[in-house]
Amino acid sequence: MAKTPKPDELSKINYTPPQSAWMDTPAELKEGNWCYGAKPKNLETLHFPNPREWRVQDEDWKLPENWQEIVLQGMRERLDKYRSFKVFMDICVRCGACADKCHFFIGSGDPKNMPVLRAELLRSVYRGNFTTAGKILGKIAGARPLTLSVLKEWWYYFFQCTECRRCSVFCPYGIDTAEITMMGRELLNLLGLNTDWISGPAANCYMKGNHLGLEPHTIVGNLSYMLDDIETVTGIKIEPTFNRKGAEILFVTPSGDLFADPGTYTCMGYLMLFHELGLDYTWSTYASEGGNFGFFTSNELAKRLNTKIYAEARRLGVKWILGGECGHMWRVLNQYMDTWNGPADFLEVPKSPITGTVFENTKSTKMVHVAEFTADLIKNGKLKLDPKRNDNLKVTFHDSCNTARGMGLFEEPRYIINNVCNHFYEMDELTTREKTFCCGSGSGLNAGENMEIRMRGGLPRANAVKDVAEKYGVNMLANICAIDRAVLTASMDYWVPGVKVTGVHELVANAMIMKGEKERTTDLRGDPLPGMEGNE
Amino acid sequence: MNAILSLIAVIGLVLIPLIGVKGANLHFLFGIVVPYIAIIVFLIGVISRVMKWGRVPVPFCIPTTCGQQQSLPWIKQSKLDNPSTTSGVVGRMLLEVLLFRSLFSNTKFELREGPKLSYGSTKWLWLGGLAFHWSFFIVLVRHIRLFTEPVPAFLKNVEALDGFLQVGIPGVLISGVVLLLAVTYLFLRRVFVPQVRYISLAADYFPLFLIMSIAITGILMRYFLRVDLVSIKTLTMGLVTFNTKIPEGISVIFYIHLLLVSTLIAYIPYSKIMHLGGVLLSPTRNLPNNSRMVRHVNPWNYPVEVHTYQEYEDEFRDKMKNAGLPVEKE
Repeated sequence: MAKTPKPDELSKINYTPPQSAWMDTPAELKEGNWCYGAKPKNLETLHFPNPREWRVQDEDWKLPENWQEIVLQGMRERLDKYRSFKVFMDICVRCGACADKCHFFIGSGDPKNMPVLRAELLRSVYRGNFTTAGKILGKIAGARPLTLSVLKEWWYYFFQCTECRRCSVFCPYGIDTAEITMMGRELLNLLGLNTDWISGPAANCYMKGNHLGLEPHTIVGNLSYMLDDIETVTGIKIEPTFNRKGAEILFVTPSGDLFADPGTYTCMGYLMLFHELGLDYTWSTYASEGGNFGFFTSNELAKRLNTKIYAEARRLGVKWILGGECGHMWRVLNQYMDTWNGPADFLEVPKSPITGTVFENTKSTKMVHVAEFTADLIKNGKLKLDPKRNDNLKVTFHDSCNTARGMGLFEEPRYIINNVCNHFYEMDELTTREKTFCCGSGSGLNAGENMEIRMRGGLPRANAVKDVAEKYGVNMLANICAIDRAVLTASMDYWVPGVKVTGVHELVANAMIMKGEKERTTDLRGDPLPGMEGNE
Repeated sequence: MNAILSLIAVIGLVLIPLIGVKGANLHFLFGIVVPYIAIIVFLIGVISRVMKWGRVPVPFCIPTTCGQQQSLPWIKQSKLDNPSTTSGVVGRMLLEVLLFRSLFSNTKFELREGPKLSYGSTKWLWLGGLAFHWSFFIVLVRHIRLFTEPVPAFLKNVEALDGFLQVGIPGVLISGVVLLLAVTYLFLRRVFVPQVRYISLAADYFPLFLIMSIAITGILMRYFLRVDLVSIKTLTMGLVTFNTKIPEGISVIFYIHLLLVSTLIAYIPYSKIMHLGGVLLSPTRNLPNNSRMVRHVNPWNYPVEVHTYQEYEDEFRDKMKNAGLPVEKE
């Protein structure tokens, strides 16, 4: 594994494009910037083509003989199935408004990380094979043939895009590089070209229900550790249920929060909140994943993985579904699930059993975001909160790309934070809400071997945190995404040491005064509460 | 290189009528035949392009949401940037098409020692783009005068507004000057901003040179070479009434202008200039964010292979029972 350069080295960035034209500059696949190739066993589990042992750094990628034909045929099919793809291939005027909006471009200076050029990598092949001008005029018309070098370039740069959609906010035609990258990755997958960091979790999710491959008894075991910790902190014993038929609500959250901190603290937050409310809900070990690494592979695989949520809701006979804090999970739930696997006519329009609020905005999918749910509780005065318990924290909030630009969930988490914390500071408004920067590791790029590009891509977000850390002493970065919780921790340690990362429901649980709780002396992490230092 | 190739192409286009009309007396070809061909190519091209786009389904509801969603009643929704209704979408599209709203929010960044990234608003591209498109539109509207008899009254107002400076004889019309300045700005930016130069293709320079030369020939005709407007109008009226004739006294500069315009018209459907149609069909802009309220139907949605709960339980039944989890089959 490549050694990651130090921050001061990495932040020397050269934005001058090379002398040679981009088509004449083959991609150099630098270690630290790509992920290991998909292992055959994972592709076999998913019934994906061309499973074999292969290494990215090898010359020979062991492709099928007719690989060009496969890719071009795949392209033709997708041009006929997705208007977004077809239109976005045709209408770009290369105005360059998107160029400096990509976190990977800002962090690397590599011109092929400009969204427009990332798209041109695919467009050039489209022109050469599917447009008259491209076929006749070739390079003058911006066309090029599909060669092995082009294919490797695709691999390199379509796994250097986190599908965050920031460029599409600024594009005057709304051209969305996420759509282009998704198509690029679908085409690569036709040849068995995926990263193992994506195909592994996807295979796990397919067989075991979640990305981490937690088997049913392990899920129960992991949660029981958290329940012990909750009891230690609050004195309250919680007994959640699993796979319970007849529950009112099915709760689905990303499995990352069942596994490692700081996500586990968010998970403890859910457990405490639902217990306090006396919510009639159940966890599922079969639909134990809210996230969807299929979404980073192909539309079909995303649908295959997503099917479990409605299937399990139907099997258990619940009335509606509540979803935890996660980014791309919510892009999928908001924009894809109902289309793939709906209509969910076996469910009821979600109604909060605590406040009676009917979530009209979810009347078709029947799935509510936990931030919407909790904001409604607080608004209706159903929670007893003591924000002073979070007074040791100076909090800022990172909007996740997908809940920001694929949903528009901005006020709900802010409303919650403002009710459970006394010290909340916004980052530069050109880096939040719809203009938020990606954590740098979304869309399945959160591996270990590509740490250099992750830290490069994470620079814009981290730098905006650093700004509020210096101005206001911010020491906690809140967010509503499991991948954020995992990767921003690494990015903070690298760029802004001292800033910790939390989910919003961890903050809620710390502030929430529960019925029958003992006097709390520590927060969920075991750190002393403000005013309780030295009590231990 | 791409810029030079495009420039050569446009110079070639200028030379063709110069030789063809001056040298070979092909007035009929350049005055009548070429414009008709251009219009036919344009109509066929635009219709087939829009049909090609329109035929492709929109499988998913994927608006890029740029504001607060519609959720709880007490949270204020951003109805234009994150519309959930058709009227909201229409509003969003109108602002996009008429005022380039997305481009208005453009930013630039700067990296300093530290590292310290800072961002600021930048409006030059928005301003240049808006000036270019609107002035082009007004120039186009002004040309209606050549194809109508009597000239509609509103054109007088347009011209009065366009000539509000009231300088020069004939009076300077702002739109033509702005068009030339704006297109020059767009060209210079493409050449001098390193990133933009790096991504530019011949297909980006060619329309700029073409429009630049159209504006220049137009301005030359109006202010400097003083063409015979009566004869020109006889020709253009002949074109729209299919009563074609070539009057005497039209100077070659008009034929050059006409060929450049014809080339642009015919080029539109096969080039990036079609973005004007594409933006209307862009799924990230023209769909409401209501996919949790109303099911979006994908016409090619097909059944997929899934791993069922039964298969899952079959694999893990013993472990589930040991962990105290309920099972369907004992």
